[in-house]
Amino acid sequence: MKLIKGIPVIDQGNQLGFWGGKFGGNFVPETLKKPIEDLEILFNKLKKDKKFITERDRYFENWVGAPTRFIKLENLTNYIGGAQIWSKVVSDANGGAHKIYNATVHCLLAKRSGKKIICGDTGAGYAGKMLSMAAKKFGLKCKIFMGAKDIARQQPNVKAMKKNGAEVIPVYSGSQTLVDAVSECMRFWVANCDTTAMCVGSTVGPAVFVRICGWSTSQISRELKVQLIEEFGSIPKKLKLYNCVGGGSSSFGFWNEFMDYDKKQVEFIGVEAGGPAKSKKHAAPLTYGSKIGILHGAAQYVNQNSDGQIEETESISAGLDYPGISPLHCFLKDTKRARYTAASDEEALSAFKLVTKFEDLRPSLEPSHAFFVALKEAKKLSKDTVVVVNSCGDAYKDRGILEQRLGKKYVKSN
Amino acid sequence: MLNPISAAFKKAKTENRPALLTYTVAGDSSKKQSLDILKSISKNADILELGVPHNTPVADGSQIQTSAYRAIKKGIKINDIFRIVRDFKRFDKNKPIILMGYYNMIFQYGDNNFLKKCKNSGVNGLIVVDLPWPENKDFAKKCRKKSIYFIQLLSPTTTSKRLKKIIQNSHPMNYFISMLSTTGGKLKVSPRQILKNYNRIKKINPKKEIVIGFGITEKTIGKLKSADGLVVGSAICKEITRSLDSRQNPVTNVSKLVKKLKNKIK
Repeated sequence: MKLIKGIPVIDQGNQLGFWGGKFGGNFVPETLKKPIEDLEILFNKLKKDKKFITERDRYFENWVGAPTRFIKLENLTNYIGGAQIWSKVVSDANGGAHKIYNATVHCLLAKRSGKKIICGDTGAGYAGKMLSMAAKKFGLKCKIFMGAKDIARQQPNVKAMKKNGAEVIPVYSGSQTLVDAVSECMRFWVANCDTTAMCVGSTVGPAVFVRICGWSTSQISRELKVQLIEEFGSIPKKLKLYNCVGGGSSSFGFWNEFMDYDKKQVEFIGVEAGGPAKSKKHAAPLTYGSKIGILHGAAQYVNQNSDGQIEETESISAGLDYPGISPLHCFLKDTKRARYTAASDEEALSAFKLVTKFEDLRPSLEPSHAFFVALKEAKKLSKDTVVVVNSCGDAYKDRGILEQRLGKKYVKSN
Repeated sequence: MLNPISAAFKKAKTENRPALLTYTVAGDSSKKQSLDILKSISKNADILELGVPHNTPVADGSQIQTSAYRAIKKGIKINDIFRIVRDFKRFDKNKPIILMGYYNMIFQYGDNNFLKKCKNSGVNGLIVVDLPWPENKDFAKKCRKKSIYFIQLLSPTTTSKRLKKIIQNSHPMNYFISMLSTTGGKLKVSPRQILKNYNRIKKINPKKEIVIGFGITEKTIGKLKSADGLVVGSAICKEITRSLDSRQNPVTNVSKLVKKLKNKIK
């Protein structure tokens, strides 16, 4: 299995949509074959269309707010005493997280295809919130499927979705988290694909959704590349890009533009959710050696039992609480382009405490996982190493959990 | 020897009616009870579809999901399902059984191993909901080698060009999904329209048996009589749930329901 230089990773799948011949694909009910093919044709056409790209960039600039900041975390760097620690503050984006890129592109595609309704899934609520924002912006009706457990723990985002006019549909089946929300959203699309467009909230699902999402979030690395050159004159000789990985949309977008660099120069480190320290459950299929299976239309490493039933996950972070992982990351793991590890709930919380103590930055629980590993490793790295952590979400949505776990002083009132 | 599935269609045709296909979930609400249900409905059903419960079923509505979760909670494993089929076949060896499920469970078991077990236990056909054509080409070939029908699904969204290709390569039985819906949705298309679509497909190769499924209940089954076969699933799963909720015996209630369904298409 090999990565090919010069071809975008999203376009390295084979004819049936498999990366490396075995990750991804289209394991979907017959009813969805046609709508997926239609979307593929539309996307393949538009991603080469200069006018469409200009339109996308205009919305990214004027509405999403590109570029997001790239800042040095001076105090943390001094405290840690190793590598330079920087952050790409993607939570600056309109709505507070990277999910806005994919949502915007899906709404643009839905408009082009003449669909009036868009449905989507959400875990932490960011994918749902952003989709509701974009749908409102582009005049589409919006339905969001969200696990009942996630609705309870991510209330600020639920309120935001409703405020934007979206219908939030609670999902009570299974573990009542993201995995069930995605299933229910796909079921809804099966029954309504003639009138409704579907937005899968991460780089998961049938191959075309993996590609669209990866294409959209790659905005992050496009910006970062420019910012690195502005700051250092060229891409640093020792660059390490840390990102949390749930479905894998922010990390893929954070890395994409650097794919062809030697990994000795630009290393990718993906941090999965290890779950509570005392629990056997986790959401880290790459770290803990899960087997390949099929989930939501795609072959991927996924937590499952020997019979092929998908296993329940556990993580403090709703956005990472998914038993599978993008086929793109399976591909990056097996080609050894990226390295994957996990951080536990407790480790993520400790990183959140440390970051907020030293810096004016409030990463949500998802990127706090990445911060934990980055800060731990940065200690042992040389001063000329540039560590960049993607702070892909803002902690506002986590205020309930943070107050409960760390106390009131860690919750901001805004 | 004629595959019992084909024999069942032949028999129904001599009686001038569509074949009645039932769908129940293996292990719902227990291993023994699901076997008892199969035994009790076999005199009225022509072909028995047995669902392999999966916990992320992307094409099933709430009734079948409820049945599947109930079965999984009771601890049903794939090997138990093969045992149910084997035990049933000892009771009625000519009644065809079709397993219906999602590909991950087969994939984890191993394609070849799974088919070997199917063959040994007496499974006659397979429906794999999320393994569409052309992805299913290799698997369908393996089925053919074991004389197991791989049943292709056809949908109202399947284009004419695609229909032709699928049917050309298909085994003797195919399954037409009546409407855009998960299983158990309310019939949102008129039976007349469904039959119109059905006839369009049937014309491509009249020799292939085409059954219609999704949204068929006691109320609607009579209006679709001209098809080769009709599948009732969610309505049966619902009856099991209703029986359990009202502390009645699901076996007798389902048996009564299947008898009624049969009477509607005679």
